[in-house]
Amino acid sequence: MSAQPSALMARSHGLRRRRAVNRGMEWMAWLAALIAVAILGVVVWSVARRGASELNLNLLTKSPVPFAPPNVTQGLANAFAGTLVIVGLATAMALPIGILVALYLNEFAPPSIKNGVSLTLDVLNGIPAVVIGIFVFGLLVVGHGQSGMAGAFALAVLMLPLVSRSTMEVLALVPNSLREASLGLGVPRWRTTLSIVLPQTLGGIVTGTVLAVARVAGETAPLLFTSSIVANATSWNPGHALQTVPVAIFELSESPDPADHARAWAAALVLLLFIMFASLGARWLATRTRRKLGAAR
Amino acid sequence: MTVESQPSVSLETAIKVETRRQPMPPRERLEQIFDIQDLDAIYGSKAAVKGVTMEVYKNLVTAIIGPSGCGKSTFIRCLNRMNDLIPGFRMNGSIRFQGEDITASSVDPVAVRRTIGMVFQRPNPFPKSIYDNVAWGLRVLGMKDNLDERVERALTQAALWDEVKDRLKASGLSLSGGQQQRLCIARAIAVEPDVVLMDEPASALDPIATQAIEQLMHDLKSEYSFVIVTHNMQQAARVADMTAFFSISTGGEGQRWGELVEYDATEKIFTNPSDQRTEDYVTGRFG
Repeated sequence: MSAQPSALMARSHGLRRRRAVNRGMEWMAWLAALIAVAILGVVVWSVARRGASELNLNLLTKSPVPFAPPNVTQGLANAFAGTLVIVGLATAMALPIGILVALYLNEFAPPSIKNGVSLTLDVLNGIPAVVIGIFVFGLLVVGHGQSGMAGAFALAVLMLPLVSRSTMEVLALVPNSLREASLGLGVPRWRTTLSIVLPQTLGGIVTGTVLAVARVAGETAPLLFTSSIVANATSWNPGHALQTVPVAIFELSESPDPADHARAWAAALVLLLFIMFASLGARWLATRTRRKLGAAR
Repeated sequence: MTVESQPSVSLETAIKVETRRQPMPPRERLEQIFDIQDLDAIYGSKAAVKGVTMEVYKNLVTAIIGPSGCGKSTFIRCLNRMNDLIPGFRMNGSIRFQGEDITASSVDPVAVRRTIGMVFQRPNPFPKSIYDNVAWGLRVLGMKDNLDERVERALTQAALWDEVKDRLKASGLSLSGGQQQRLCIARAIAVEPDVVLMDEPASALDPIATQAIEQLMHDLKSEYSFVIVTHNMQQAARVADMTAFFSISTGGEGQRWGELVEYDATEKIFTNPSDQRTEDYVTGRFG
């Protein structure tokens, strides 16, 4: 750069300083982004490094053996089975109610009710999981004992606002012109909702559900209250307390045996991978839905 | 269909009134299909349209013209209770459709819309196949006999059949804008309404697609009655038998509402209007 003031530079006071500030801010933003990615990277790497040695089929198929001699292969089959049952039941409870709530609020409710209930859902979403756990403990466990059912109910309460809110978001994306097209034919409102609006949102509903499942699959606190006093045998019966992956990780982490620690890490790795793939799948579905809705606009 | 009647153009209008329209019989001899008395359309506390009194005649094309914001769309959406979907909307006055007041709360808007179909400003085909766009309404409304025939008839009437007959399974969204709008017209007439309301059906279309839609209105008016909102005066002059001119009135406290200024045979409106505001509008002095 020449020191000679050119015609262009004449009107740009302090251009060099402004450029330096700009470059500085860009670097800081870049650094912040790097830190965010790095944290995820470190978590994944440390979990993978510690858990990889125990990550094998036995982890998923063999039951834990307490005080086992070192040559016995064991796994966490009971925890994976329990998580499958409890999360499955929770989804079965939360999904239909969540979708119906969203349909009612978005398609039928007057604005005042819509705003009120939406706020309620947001508050429910903000309640700490441990509080939900205590609530369900008082409601279902006291006097009846722990059960997979109670755990599933607690998780369903956590899932409900997630499913409802994400469904409402995609319903809002469905163009009004599509509803009008159907209503203009003299088709009743419920039929319009069911046959025209809902099919447009299926991808979005699946996305929201997958994200909700990923979120509650890792919940520990509510399950400690509702489904944590368990046998080592694999059980599929939600009438009894069932072991789950997050609770198993918690319990194994307190064990004095380093082999237990490794298994806890491996279970954490499985959970992490599940959540990662679920999120990626959900994202892919969401993009697809949005593209489809965009074409219909 | 070329019965000629040469209108005498008395005004220096830029608009040529089309001559392929048949001469109108006197209004007393026409059959009324809508009888609208003193209609107010109100959003919340704000009136969009006030005091409209007019009748709409059977088997004619009735055009609603007027400047932006004069409540043309609001008015036409009153005729099939489409505004019911807007929270806080209400109507005063009455709209008698074949004698029955359809503004009454006891009347089911679904039944009203079943008889009075609508085509919207922007083409809004369902994200379904071309065939299903037409057939879905028929199926839902229980007109399931001879489905293929009905679909073909509707598409033919909408002047779309020849263009799509080899790809009925293709998505309705794969068609061009003009074709999509004709598909929407086919969908609307397939369920055999008495009246088809059209809210600026050609405003998003090119001239050729527009012409196709005007032609099909002309061809189909022996079977249906059309009410069309348009901000294109030439279009009103070309297709409409009767034309209603709406304008904006202003009151105290900055209130604005739409009102009906003049309603008469299209020739009269465009060549010899009785109201100065109509003349100013059709000659392009405002609006």
